[in-house]
Amino acid sequence: MDVIAFYVFGAIAIAASLGVIGQRNPMHSVMLLIASFGALAGLYVILDAPFTAVTQIIIYAGAIMVLFLFVVMLLNVPREEPAPRSLAGTLGGGGIKAAALLSVAMGIELVYAVYSLEHVSFSPGHSGSVSSVANIGQALFTKHAFAFEVTSVLILVAMIGAVILAQKEHH
Amino acid sequence: MLQYINPNIVAHLGLIFVVFNLLVLSAAFMVWLERKVCAYIQDRVGPNRVGYEGALQPFADVIKLLFKEELRPKAADALLFAIAPIISACAAFAAFSVIPFGTETTLFGLLKEPLPLQVADVNVAVLVIFAITSMGIYGIVIAGWSSNSKYSLLGGLRSSAQMISYELSYGLALAAVIMLAGSLSLRDIVMAQSGAWWGFIPKWYVFLQPLGFLIYMTAGVAETNRAPFDFPEAEQELVAGYHTEYSSMSFAMFFLAEYVNMVTVSAVATSLYLGGWLGPLLPSWLGWLWFLLKVFLLLFFYVWMRWTLPRYRYDQLMEFGWKYLLPAAVVNLLATAALVLWLG
Amino acid sequence: MVPLNYFLVLSGVLFAIGTAGVFLRRNLITVLLSIEIMLNAVNLTFVAVGRYLGTVDGQIIVFFVMTVAAAEAAVGLALVISLFRHRETLSPDAFTALKW
Repeated sequence: MDVIAFYVFGAIAIAASLGVIGQRNPMHSVMLLIASFGALAGLYVILDAPFTAVTQIIIYAGAIMVLFLFVVMLLNVPREEPAPRSLAGTLGGGGIKAAALLSVAMGIELVYAVYSLEHVSFSPGHSGSVSSVANIGQALFTKHAFAFEVTSVLILVAMIGAVILAQKEHH
Repeated sequence: MLQYINPNIVAHLGLIFVVFNLLVLSAAFMVWLERKVCAYIQDRVGPNRVGYEGALQPFADVIKLLFKEELRPKAADALLFAIAPIISACAAFAAFSVIPFGTETTLFGLLKEPLPLQVADVNVAVLVIFAITSMGIYGIVIAGWSSNSKYSLLGGLRSSAQMISYELSYGLALAAVIMLAGSLSLRDIVMAQSGAWWGFIPKWYVFLQPLGFLIYMTAGVAETNRAPFDFPEAEQELVAGYHTEYSSMSFAMFFLAEYVNMVTVSAVATSLYLGGWLGPLLPSWLGWLWFLLKVFLLLFFYVWMRWTLPRYRYDQLMEFGWKYLLPAAVVNLLATAALVLWLG
Repeated sequence: MVPLNYFLVLSGVLFAIGTAGVFLRRNLITVLLSIEIMLNAVNLTFVAVGRYLGTVDGQIIVFFVMTVAAAEAAVGLALVISLFRHRETLSPDAFTALKW
């Protein structure tokens, strides 16, 4: 049952990500990425991490993507230049073609490296009770309290920076 | 063959079917309620031709809408134009799936194990509702954008900016209740409100968190784009905002989504603040009657507010959300935290 | 139960797709979207390995990664907006002033 759900969500995530990098219309790219995030949230649920799944939807799909959507709408981002006739033209100049091939090579290497491990399965003793929200909260506020506080400063700095950078020039 | 069908699974599917139909019927009921209450507030009678006191009026409206032509602006993005009402409606229905409306029932002994009256019993239920409500924003944004019309775009942008702003106060009010109850599961939060002080005042969180309840209801009204926060879709202002270009059943989908969102906000408010299905005088297996009564009361307040209060202008609305409601929610959270720490 | 390899393979594939997107796309916003794909692939690895080891640390790291991603997306989009105001185009090829 879990394996079927894994395959379904994994297929959706991969298909949606391929769509994001393949689509000409930036609006469609954003929507496909939201679908990919939804699939990832499903994968987190399979991994016994419901809190992370819900946080993914709230933060990533619900806030960051809305930001992207607003920017795409307000800048009226045009579709990219129409797709050239040949596939070689689509992939751009020589440097870009080489880089794309390198990413494909990296992907194949990663898959090979992981697959040559023995089939490791999850330790049977660790069940969903480990990842209850109470446990996450406790660890977050005791072991990682410093990082938590620093994160709040980070967000403050990012907010101020974003507001200043996006302001219209006052002459 | 019949012995392989698990009666619990059948009961669960039946429960999903019942909840879905009840939500659709409640949207129809809201249409009728709104028109009748509006009429009586405005000193007239309202629909009274179709059925007893106009009770079949919503069905007549739906039949009329079904026969209308489905239009689409030529320059509209066809795929997004079609998907937007679907996203709105799906998010509205999905958010109701984690709301408990009764204790466990065994259907008078037909089931082997009791079936909780809740479509999905997850232990992060409050966050799930929050997440799915955030997804509902996309329906509006995409509707506004894909219609390729300036009224729709402005309406969609304003509406979604409003929803995002009020989500913060919404979440902070939720956080204060979670602190009191110590759990994210809605069923646990309702059960934490059982019992009574001095025998007759029920231990509902509305008495412990009056400010929180007001903040939650205000943010909920703003989230569902209802008056007095309905500037983005007001007829007098923006020609109907993000659903200007929609007709027939797509338009009906948006309205269905709006009414089901109202029902969800009211249902969550009853679970969090008004004690869910708990109430005196009735046996616990009839608790869903109390639940329905409380939700109905909140929905009546919704409609009453719409036809009594004037509308906020958009900048007033945003200023209120950020400068008044958000600090109030933060103060409420801090005060609740201090009280929980102090009183143990 | 789904073995850990499956998740790591999926995460590797997603990461490669994100990298390819960063190289291939001629639109700054889509480049940012590809970066988000890469960050999500890494998140998936963290949660999977955290589950395998039986600790909750994986999810905590994911929490921080999400926060950093949000901050980065906000600042990145603000930069994109100001670049767009300057040059009226979103293609990375238009911003080559620092190239030698």
